[in-house]
Formats: sequence, C-alpha cells, structure tokens
Amino acid sequence: MGARSGIRHALWIAWKDLLDLSRNRMGLVMLILMPLFMMGMVGYIFPSNSGMSHVPVALANLDAAQGNTSLGTQFVAQLEALNNKTGMMDLSTVGSAADVKSNIQNGQQSAGIIIGSNFTSNLKTGKQADVTIVVDESNPQMSSLIQTQLTQAIGLMGTQTATYGLNQTYKTPLNYSLAQVAPYNVQTTGIVPGQTSYFEFVAPGIMGMVVMMSLMTGLPHAISYEREMGTLDGMLAAPVHRMSILGGKVIAQTTRGMMQGIMVLILSIVLFGVVIQGSIALILGILLLGVFSLVGLGILITSFTSTEETATMIMMTLTFPMMFLSGVFFPISQMPQFMQVIAQFLPLTYTISALRQVVVLGAGVPEISRDIIILFGFGIVLLSAALLAFERAMKR
Amino acid sequence: MNDVAIKATNLVKKFGDFVAVDHLSFEVNKGEIFGFLGPNGAGKTTTIRMLCTLSSPTEGSATVAGFDVAHQGNKVREHIGLVSEKMIMYDRLTAQENLRLFGELFDIPRNALRERIGELLRVVNMEKWADQQIGTFSTGMKQRINVIRALLNEPEILFLDEPTLGLDPQSTNEIRDFTRSINDDAGTTIILTTHAMTEADMLCDRISIIDYGKIVALDTPSNLKKVITGADTSVIELDVPNITPTLVSNIQSMSCTQTVTVEDETHIRVHATGDEACDNVIDTVRSGAGQIRSIHNVEPTLEDVFLYLTGHVVREQVADKVTTQEGRHGRRARSRIR
Repeated sequence: MGARSGIRHALWIAWKDLLDLSRNRMGLVMLILMPLFMMGMVGYIFPSNSGMSHVPVALANLDAAQGNTSLGTQFVAQLEALNNKTGMMDLSTVGSAADVKSNIQNGQQSAGIIIGSNFTSNLKTGKQADVTIVVDESNPQMSSLIQTQLTQAIGLMGTQTATYGLNQTYKTPLNYSLAQVAPYNVQTTGIVPGQTSYFEFVAPGIMGMVVMMSLMTGLPHAISYEREMGTLDGMLAAPVHRMSILGGKVIAQTTRGMMQGIMVLILSIVLFGVVIQGSIALILGILLLGVFSLVGLGILITSFTSTEETATMIMMTLTFPMMFLSGVFFPISQMPQFMQVIAQFLPLTYTISALRQVVVLGAGVPEISRDIIILFGFGIVLLSAALLAFERAMKR
Repeated sequence: MNDVAIKATNLVKKFGDFVAVDHLSFEVNKGEIFGFLGPNGAGKTTTIRMLCTLSSPTEGSATVAGFDVAHQGNKVREHIGLVSEKMIMYDRLTAQENLRLFGELFDIPRNALRERIGELLRVVNMEKWADQQIGTFSTGMKQRINVIRALLNEPEILFLDEPTLGLDPQSTNEIRDFTRSINDDAGTTIILTTHAMTEADMLCDRISIIDYGKIVALDTPSNLKKVITGADTSVIELDVPNITPTLVSNIQSMSCTQTVTVEDETHIRVHATGDEACDNVIDTVRSGAGQIRSIHNVEPTLEDVFLYLTGHVVREQVADKVTTQEGRHGRRARSRIR
C-alpha cells in the first residue's frame, strides 16, 4: 500500500467514473449544454457599450419657431447626422411629451428626447436651451447607458455649435475656437490594445464559475450517490486507501469541470470574439488551482451529509451566492461594503480575479502571485479539514 | 486459535440512542458456513458491516482472518469478499469492466486477473455476457456477477448479506448451489445473513439466531430444532376449513399452548407442551365446532425455533420489510448523521 498503488487505485476509480460518464448520454448532453447556455445568456442579455445600437428612441420637438428660424429643427438635423454615423438610435418623431411617455410605457421606445418649447427663443436671448432625456426606469442598466451616451452626444453637439458660433462671431480659427469652448481633450486608453466589451469582463468569470459549479455539484453527487447505491461499500471493503477513493472522485470531477471550462474558453473566443491576452496554459493552471482551493469544501459537505439530496441542496445554497459575490457578473468594488467583506473569504473571488487579469490584461505569474498564494492557502486549509471529516464519515 | 476465522467480543453498535448491535460475542470456525438468521433490523447487516470494516464498533472488538477490524482494516480487507444487500456493480460498465475495476483495487497482477475473471465468468456461465453493460442484465444475472466480484481476490472469508433477496426461485437456487460449491471447493469461510429459514437450514453449518441486536441462540440447525423437541414441545399443524377468531383464542387460552399461528385461511400451527398436547388441541377445536380435516405432529422448522425463542414470527416482519425498506433505510441513514 505505497503511494504508487494509492495513486493507481485513484486513477482506476477516476477511469470508472469517466467511463460511466461517457456512456451517460443525457449527462454528456448536459455537460455541453450547460456552458453553452451560460455563455449565450450572459453574452447576449447583458448589454455592452459596443453592443448598443439601434435603440428605439422617441423624439418630440416642441420648439416654437420664431419666424422662419427653428433652432430646434436644426438641433434635430444635427442629432440625426450624428446618429447616422454611429447608428446608435432609431429615432422616431412623436408629437408631444405625453406621447414620449406613453411610448416608453408601452415598450415601443426605450428612451425619449424632448426639445423644450422655448428652445429657439432661449438661445436667441442668450439663455441655455432645454433638452430633456427621458429614460425607462424599468430597465436601469439600459437607461443609464442611454443617459450617458445621449448626454455625451448632446454635449458634443453643444461644443460643435459653440465652436462654430465663436468662429462666425469673432473670426477666430476653428481650432482655437474649439480650445476656448472645450479646453480639455479627454482620451481613454486601456493597457492592452483594442476595445474591451462587457463580455471580456464576464468570460473569465463564467469560466471560473462553470468549473467550480461542476466540481461543487459533481463531487457530492458522485460520492453520495454511490453511498446510497451501496457501491461505495465495494470500494471501502477493498484494500484501498480512503484517500484513493476521494482522489479518484476528485480527478474525475476535475476532468469533467475542466472540460466544461475549456468549452467556455473556446466558445468565448469563437462565438463572442474574446481576445485572450495572456497565456492559455496559465489560464488552465489558474482553473486547476481554483479547483484545488475549493475541492476541500466539496468534500466537507459530502462528509457531513448522507444523502445525495441534502448534499445537492447545500451545494446549491452555497454556490448561488458565491456566484454573485465573487464578482462573476459585477465588479466586487461596486458592491456594498459588507458584501465586499464576504467576497474576500470566497476562494472563487481570487480565481476569477486572476483569470480576468490574465485573459483581459495579459498578466503573467508575477502579477497574480498574490491570488495564487491566497488560493493555495484556501486549498490547504479546507483540504486538511475535509480529509479529517471524510475519514470519520466513512466509518459511520 | 488457527481454526478461528472470526472472533467477535462484545461488539456494540449504537446509532444515537438506538442500539443496533448489543454485545455480540461469537466465533466462526475456518471453513464453515455461518448463518445470521433474524428479521430485518435485528442487527445482521450492521454486524457484517463492522466485520468488513465499513463501520467502526461503538464498543467491543473483533478479529477477522486474524486481524483486528479497528486497527488493521487494510489487512482485513485483503482477506475478505463482500456481497452486500445492495449490488456492488456499476450499471454502465460491462461485466468485464466491473470485474477488472475491483480486481485492480485488490492489486491483482494484470495477467492473473485476466485469467481469474475468465475462470469465474465460466463458473457462473456468464462468459458470453462479459462485454455487455450490467444495466441490461436481469437481477439474477447481476447477482451472479456480483458474487464472483467478491471472489476475485480469493478471499478467506466471504460475507453474503441477503444474497437471494429479491431473486426469482431459479436464480435463488443457483446462488445457493454456488455458495455451497465455493465453500466445498475452496474451503472459503462464509458468513451468510438471511431471513429465509429454509436457506439458512440448507446451507449453514451453524446458525446464530439474532433478534433486537442480541444472539438468542447459536448452534447447528439440527441442535436448534432440538431446543423445541427437547423442551417437550410439539409442533402441531391443523387443517381446519372453518377457522374463527374464537377458535384461535380458545386454543390460545389452553394451559399447554405456547403459541398459535394462523398460517393461512385453513391452517393453524400450534406449539404446545406435554404428552397430551395433541389430544387437548383436538378437543378444543371440536368443542368450538371446528372441523378438523387433518392434523399432523410435524418436525420443527427453524421458523418454529425462532418463534419459540423470540415469541414472534419472522415472516410478518419480512413482509413489512419489503414494503417499508425505503423508509427504514432513510431513517437509518438520517440517524447516522447525528
């Protein structure tokens, strides 16, 4: 019963589990569908900056023209010209502020722009003219995005108008006029080339999550199920070290989880155009380390529950908040303080943070060394506790 | 000492407050078929689990094949084979794959294992099913593979926990014959638990009758039956076509009667003491207007022995077991968590 035969036993048990899985057609289909659904849902449902196009917007021009000058109409023309370039909105003209409201209410439009009735007269008499952006509060994510984009667009139009006005009135060169109106030229640049989307943010998170979920639900299932079926007794009554049984199960479930993780990786590159900045080997390494950090928790729960049903229930209860708290979908720094504190105690947080740094920012081992050390720490602590609990549980 | 395969001393297993096994002490000799006979819940399976190192005793100790179950678990496991109540087989693996997996877990060298698997499959006439998934087999076929699985490591001691439960009569007979031949051919010591009296009677060299976690009797089947005859008790079977509850209670109230069992609509089985037992029973039935179609003074069966010793019937609980098996296991499992 040396270490070698222990490892050999573990591999045989893993072989058995994987063979079993490969013959379970329904299981295989789910294995592939789960990451596909995850990716599809998150990739398409959550809007990203570049993804905002052809948003239906109602436009109400209430401006009372003075004589034959309507600056409101000019504003609309300017807006349409800008929109033709970006294709951001689908503008449709409505008659009144009430129409804008009702169109948003009945879901025809996602936002509205109202040009105030004193638009021309205000401008002519040296006052600011009012433009109101109406947002759909039932969709906060979209409305904040539209608000930002429209404010930006209208601000840009204001700058253009003012620059042109200066140039006309004082005959100052256009460049100089622009510098007077908008003295600061703000530019944003990331540390890797190209534009990043929300998807690039979320892809590493999903990868981490799918692998963890697969392990956390798969492991208790694999062990409790065998315990209920009575087949676990067969292994326990053979001269096999308990750790080999556990090891075999962990190897099999990790393989399954990694397969799903790799599928997510491939899908995000092929379907969603995610550009992997760092090394793929490092990504797989982090995923494995993530598995190591959490596997103890899975074993602990398996040890303390005797039926598959309870084990699965506890796992679901634990993994669900973990999914949200570890920053898969939203950055942890945007969460309330107490949630940020909880997040610090979740191994998944560090897995995902490291993955994100490698995938999005092209980080190498030195940049993520802190995460690596923390994950190792979690793994060792949880695993030691779990092995003690498992040894005891097998003797009940 | 060398003739002893298993020695248990004051074995106790508690699940919370429930005492499943209550100070069991017994010895099993090498080469014998030793039966545990008793209703479900009597502690048979729990005892087996402790002997197979699947469960640690709350108190007491046991040696199996000369090794201590508590401290030399792996040594014990090398020398035993286990056929438990639930089949230790993976449905999606073929017979061959199942056997190979367990052979590897016992560290049997590859070539030897291949030969052994072939040989065992031949013995149970399953060679042509070797590469079929177990899930497609009938229960009887599965059980044959399950039994040879337990024999892969040529165990000194084979544990058979209710090996014929739920099998059709033909498979039951096959498994019983096979059990017999394993014992005859390889001299394997066999521990058999069963609630089937005839099975225990047929197979076992010695039987320990166990009820509520305690051994109530331990002897050879014929000696066990002498418990009844030796106590001057007769087992009388009557065929009465018009049984009434009054009739039964009349027999019951006789001073010589120990127990009355209504076996079916027309048959009554009476345990009664004394030389006039038979006459007395006839008188009582007649005076209660019962017609006696026939009356026999029959040889006691193990069932009678069990009834005599414990005061209750095994069969009732067996029927109960089949219907409530799920519930029982659920309860047991839950009590284990605490």
